[in-house]
Amino acid sequence: MIEGIPMTHVLIVSAFMFFAGICGFIIRRNMITILMSIELILNAVNINLVVFNKYLYPDQLQGQFFALFVVGIAAAEASVAIALIINIYRRLNSINVEQVNEMKY
Amino acid sequence: MALNVLMFYILSAVIVIFSVLTITSRRILRAAFYLLCVLVATAGFYFMVDYQFMAGVQLVLYAGGIVVLIIFSILLTSHISHKFAKPEAMRLVMGLIVGVSGFALSTIAILQFAFKETENAAIKVDMQAIGTQLLGTGKNGYALPFEVISVLLLAAMIGAIVVAKKGK
Repeated sequence: MIEGIPMTHVLIVSAFMFFAGICGFIIRRNMITILMSIELILNAVNINLVVFNKYLYPDQLQGQFFALFVVGIAAAEASVAIALIINIYRRLNSINVEQVNEMKY
Repeated sequence: MALNVLMFYILSAVIVIFSVLTITSRRILRAAFYLLCVLVATAGFYFMVDYQFMAGVQLVLYAGGIVVLIIFSILLTSHISHKFAKPEAMRLVMGLIVGVSGFALSTIAILQFAFKETENAAIKVDMQAIGTQLLGTGKNGYALPFEVISVLLLAAMIGAIVVAKKGK
């Protein structure tokens, strides 16, 4: 643990980051900025996992492994999402989520 | 004030300020740069809790990989000087309501819950411990998820190439 830092302070910082990501997810309308909001959310979750590992169970490594796997999933998700975004841009010339509704109806 | 406490609050301030800037900046390339700052500050935080490997993965994969990928796709799909229009008032209000109320709720929950910190001695987290657990098949072994995620990454890589490939 970090000397002199209570666990709740770290959790509050990561909660702020998480809800900043959710806020951005709702407000933004560009696909890439939505993807960046998702990265913020995943990063906040990672901080939480590492902090729980370090403060509550310092004799184990479980939280760190979960954070590692989350980073791996995030990389896979970002690569597929960006491939989709590039394909959509090529077809529709726009990456605004409100203009991408060709498959509706 | 001890130096590490000061360091923690500096990193926290960087995370808070730049995550707000990430979702409010109206220039998309700047938003990506602010995201990079948030991720690097997070890596600094992992260094503070003595998880060097985690911090290295964070720097290499997130800050080095994902952000560069995002910046490439920004350069492919938008003009650098492009500025977003201001978001609609209704959507802004809805987003702020969700964000602020969720943050308040989780802060109250965090402050009220009595976390019981353990007395167990901390183990030393070196590369050997991480490597033997990551590839171990016995107790606390993570060989199966490790293999599954490697197949997942391969599938994602092939899928991304197929999807982004130019049709004939």
